Amino acid sequence: MTLSERMYLPAIAQGLGITLKHFFKKKATINYPEETRSRSEIWRGLHVLKRDENGAERCTACGLCAVACPAEAITMTAGERKKGEEHLYREEKYAVTYEVNMLRCIFCGLCEEACPKAAIFLQDDKLAPARYERDEFIYGKDRLVEPLKTTETK
Amino acid sequence: MDSVVLIYKGIYILAIFGISLLIATYSTYFERKIAAFIQDRVGPNRAGPMGLLQPLADAGKLFFKEEFIPANANKTLFILGPGIAMLVAAMTSAVIPFGDTLILGETSFDLIAIDVNIGILYIFAVVSLGVYGLMIGGWASNNKFSLLGAIRAASQNISYELAMGLSLIAVLMLSGSLSLKVIAEQQAGFNWNIWYQPLGFLIFLICAFAETNRTPFDLPESEAELIGGYHTEYSSMKLGMYLFAEYINIFVVSAVMATLYFGAYNFPFMENLRNAFDDPVLGNNVVTILGVGVMFAKIFAFIFFFMWVRWTLPRFRYDQLMKLGWNILIPLAILNILLTGGGILLYDYFTQG
Repeated sequence: MTLSERMYLPAIAQGLGITLKHFFKKKATINYPEETRSRSEIWRGLHVLKRDENGAERCTACGLCAVACPAEAITMTAGERKKGEEHLYREEKYAVTYEVNMLRCIFCGLCEEACPKAAIFLQDDKLAPARYERDEFIYGKDRLVEPLKTTETK
Repeated sequence: MDSVVLIYKGIYILAIFGISLLIATYSTYFERKIAAFIQDRVGPNRAGPMGLLQPLADAGKLFFKEEFIPANANKTLFILGPGIAMLVAAMTSAVIPFGDTLILGETSFDLIAIDVNIGILYIFAVVSLGVYGLMIGGWASNNKFSLLGAIRAASQNISYELAMGLSLIAVLMLSGSLSLKVIAEQQAGFNWNIWYQPLGFLIFLICAFAETNRTPFDLPESEAELIGGYHTEYSSMKLGMYLFAEYINIFVVSAVMATLYFGAYNFPFMENLRNAFDDPVLGNNVVTILGVGVMFAKIFAFIFFFMWVRWTLPRFRYDQLMKLGWNILIPLAILNILLTGGGILLYDYFTQG
C-alpha cells in the first residue's frame, strides 16, 4: 500500500463525504398512517358488487364469474325476482347469495372481465384485511354489495 | 461585592450543569436523528413535533423499568459505578471558559465557573477518573462479558490518554499556560491554535474519540461481541446514567477541543466589532454574548462530527486499536512536540535577533 492508503485518512474523508451526501438526500420513508403509498390505477383490490343508477343490483347470477375464476373462489345461488322487487334487482334473476372466499381469491380480475352486466369489480382503494378466523374471509353479499348512495330519499 | 460574586458563581455553575444535562439529553435525540438521516430514514418523529419530546419519553421509560441487580453482584459497587461515571462527567465542564467577561454596572462577570490556573490538568485528571466508573461497574456485575468490556475500557483509555497528553504538550508549549482562560484569550480573533497545531489537533481528535468510547473505538461496549460490554447487566436509570455520562463526555470533549484548537469564544473581526461601538462596555458585552454563541456553535459542530463519524466508520479490531495508539499516535505526538519546539526556537531566533 502507498503511504496515503496506509494513513487511511483520505479513505475516511471519502466515506464521510458519502454519508454526508446521504444526510441531505430525500428520505425514502412514507409516514404510514398519515400517508399511504400510492397504488397503481389498475390495482386489483377488494371485490364490489355494483348497483345501477337506480340503486338496483346489477348481478343476474349468470355464474360466468364463477366459471372464469381460476381459484374457484366464487359461489352463488340464483333466485327469481318477485313482484314488487324491481327496485332491488335489475334483472328477473338475481343472486340470493353471492360469496367470495378471500383466502382462495388470487385477485386476477378474470371475474371482472367475464361479467356481462358490469356488476363485479375489483376496487383500487380497498384491501381484504387480515382477520383472526377463517370463515370471516368468506365475504357474503352483506359485505360485497355496494352500499346505497341515496340517503336523502329515506 | 464578594457575596454578589458568590451568588453569581452559584447561578452560573447551576446554569452550566443544566446546559450540559440538556445538551446530553438532546444529543440522544440528535444521535438518532443523524443516524436516521445518514441511512435515508427520518428517525424519531412521533413524540411531539418532529419527535422533539423523544428524550423525555426515553427517560420516562428508563425510570419505569425494573431496577435489576444480579444475584452475585457486589451491590455497593454495582450502584456506585454509574454514579461515578455520571459525577465525573458532570464535573468537567467547570473549568471551560464559555465566554469572555460580561460587564454589568460596576461588576464584571467572568463566564467561567472556576478559573483555576491548572484548568487543562484538572480536566485530564477528572476525565481519567471516568474510567473508574466503567471499571467498577463492569467488575461489580460479576459477568465475564462485563469484565471484558471494563478491561477494554480501562486499557483503551489509558493508552489513548498518553497520546492525548503528548499532543496537548505542544499546545501548552505555545501558550505557556495551563489555564484554559489564558489559552482562550491568546487565540483572540482568528489566531487559532489549529493553524499552528494541525497534526496535534488530529492526534487529539482521534484520542478524543477513544476517550469517550465512541465509534470507531467503542470496543468497551461493542454490542456484537460483548453484548453491551460493561453495562450488560445494567437496566433502568443506572443504564441511563452510563449512556448519559457518555454524551456529557462528548459535550465536554467537544468544548475542550473548541477551546484548545478552535479559539474558544473568539471569532474573526471581533476587535473591529468591539471598536465599532462608541460605548466600550456595550461593545464588550455584545462581543462577549456573540462569543458565547460562537463557542456553542463550535461545540455543536464537534458533537455533529462525533455522530457523523459514528455512522460512517466501522469498529476497530482490538489489536488494531492498540497498534494505532502505541505504535502510531504516540510517536507522532512526540514528533509533533519536536516540530513545535523547533518552530518556537526558529521564531524566537528570527524575531529577537
